[in-house]
Amino acid sequence: MRGLESLRIATRALRVNKLRSALTVLGIVVGVGAVVCMVSVGAGAQAEVSEKIRTLGANLLLVMPGARNSGGARLESGTQPTLTEEDAASIRRELVDVRVAAPLLSRSIPLVAANKNWVTVVAGINADYLVAREWQVADGRSFTSDEIVSGAKVAIVGSVIVEELFNGRTGPGETLRIGNVPFTVIGVLGKKGAGAAGRSQDDVVFIPLSAAKSRVLGAVRGTTREALDFISIKVSDATAMPEIERQIETLLRQRHRIRADAPSDFKIENPADILFARGAAVRLLGTLLIAVAAVSLVVGGISIMNIMLVSVTERTREIGLRMAVGASRRDIRWQFLIEALILSLMGGLVGAVSGAVAAVAIAWKAGWPILISPWAIVLACGFAGFIGISFGLYPAHRAARLDPIVALRFE
Amino acid sequence: MPPLVRTAGLSRHYSCGGTIVRAVSDVSLAIEHGDFVAIRGRSGSGKSTLMNLLGLLDRPDSGEYALNGREVAKLSEDGRATIRRHDIGFVFQVPALLPRATALENVELPLVYAGVPPSRRRRAAKEALERVGLADRGHHWPNQLSGGEQQRVVIARATVNDPALILADEPTGSLDSATSDEILSLFETLHHDGRTIIVVTHATDVADRARRQITLHDGRIIKDAQVAARNSPLNTAVLGSSP
Ligand SMILES: Nc1ncnc2c1ncn2[C@@H]1O[C@H](COP(=O)(O)OP(=O)(O)OP(=O)(O)O)[C@@H](O)[C@H]1O
Ligand SMILES: [Mg+2]
Repeated sequence: MRGLESLRIATRALRVNKLRSALTVLGIVVGVGAVVCMVSVGAGAQAEVSEKIRTLGANLLLVMPGARNSGGARLESGTQPTLTEEDAASIRRELVDVRVAAPLLSRSIPLVAANKNWVTVVAGINADYLVAREWQVADGRSFTSDEIVSGAKVAIVGSVIVEELFNGRTGPGETLRIGNVPFTVIGVLGKKGAGAAGRSQDDVVFIPLSAAKSRVLGAVRGTTREALDFISIKVSDATAMPEIERQIETLLRQRHRIRADAPSDFKIENPADILFARGAAVRLLGTLLIAVAAVSLVVGGISIMNIMLVSVTERTREIGLRMAVGASRRDIRWQFLIEALILSLMGGLVGAVSGAVAAVAIAWKAGWPILISPWAIVLACGFAGFIGISFGLYPAHRAARLDPIVALRFE
Repeated sequence: MPPLVRTAGLSRHYSCGGTIVRAVSDVSLAIEHGDFVAIRGRSGSGKSTLMNLLGLLDRPDSGEYALNGREVAKLSEDGRATIRRHDIGFVFQVPALLPRATALENVELPLVYAGVPPSRRRRAAKEALERVGLADRGHHWPNQLSGGEQQRVVIARATVNDPALILADEPTGSLDSATSDEILSLFETLHHDGRTIIVVTHATDVADRARRQITLHDGRIIKDAQVAARNSPLNTAVLGSSP
């Protein structure tokens, strides 16, 4: 009852100074906004990283051509055709913990099916690649070893291709021209969604590596026919990954006859590590921003305190009058506390909304899932309220402590 | 039944730059229920200080004060607030209204703090405004009202909670004589309704309407006279010439 009355009095007082009230809560708005935004963005980024690592396939290493950036001249990755199918085969053969070592050669090429065109990545692989990526053929079948060896004109396509070229009809049995060479679709892959680079992993056509080399890619590549884009290596045991990395390094340096003091002409990456690192970077940024938000909330609290102190001074006569007609100290204290609380909660609400909007915008731009955490909103608003109460306490106390007769005489 | 107001040796001192000002000094008085008392005296004689003490806005330095038989001089601030809320209505010299509340809301204020539910509060405030002849001004803001009207709103507020004691410190001090007259008539009506009123005034015509006149000088009561008959020219002459 009394609480409701204080609420009414407080909102009226705040409405009188709309602009001042709005400016006062700016710090709270920024603080709460940053918290809500960062928690949501962090959660989205985290979900994204986990999802990508999941679709990547577990325990994956990539070997790519190109020099490491060590000491002397830097060689652009991929400019030197250094990785061959033989390298892949020997990694598989020599290293016990390697389950598969799948070579891949790819290029963006226009596709034609019936009267439709589509440009996509066509990759020459063998069946090992799908094992490495833990990628199932959802419809149809995978390559047979005969097809791999003979370089048959068969293709396995991603779900995007089915949608774009075959109007969503089932893929197997369809014919597809890659460049000018007709291929028969034998399988459609299960969906993977967006990859590490952001583009859909399902927008892809796989053909046997030998077919790629001889019929599609090798001819136009202008480099050695043997050159691979990368080798995907699936390791049987996650804990063995650093060791395997070292073993691959030694093996390939031997095979490529690289002198001990020369840099390698290939590099080994752990894509999960890279994704984790990116996730960690987002998290670090989030932590920093939350620190900024905390500062902002405290500053917001101080500005609430400041404005409440001003307000108490301005309204000293009003306070005296209220006391004269019977307001107790508790009534006065409540009036100003509730005013501070409303100020901070309004700031919190506006901040939460703008933070959520910002988070949605960021997630949308980055292609992350949108994860607005209701807990972050509740927590941030709760904290804003806490700030409002704690910084409103002293001004409210000052108001309540006024002597009625002194307050009434105040000029 | 004890007198409504009984003070004994009530004193309030201010020390200002080494000198002690005895604003109210050793005041003992009793005021019965239903009385209409005028307090007079020169400027600085301690009238306002005494009113603030009687209205429990200020604390005495020494002395006793029993309101309605209850000792209130040493009450806590909250205890004093409770008595102000229920038993006292205050009218100030300068009409004191909340500028951002309508006339009606201003009148409601004591009831708000008394915890009266809104509908009952509204009804009581309307009745109080009606009694001071401002029934149609309930939704006006204070700055839309004349000084006299504002003072009537204040009187409505001072009476809305049906207080035992109404205190008015120079209620007509800032008004012209015609308006003052209206205000005084209001006090008379209140008195006829059986309320106890103490009014501080410089003006003789105000004092003349009271039943009892107390004169202060340097914080002490120097004269305390029952007015036998209303508007007696004799009384006016005597009191008008007193210090
Ligand atoms: N807050 C204060 N601090 C110091 N002295 C004060 C204070 N309030 C009042 N006084 C002194 O107390 C004395 C009585 O003041 P009070 O206001 O009661 O006089 P008054 O009779 O109401 O005068 P007036 O008719 O002018 O209103 C004065 O001498 C005044 O200077
Ligand atoms: Mg005075």
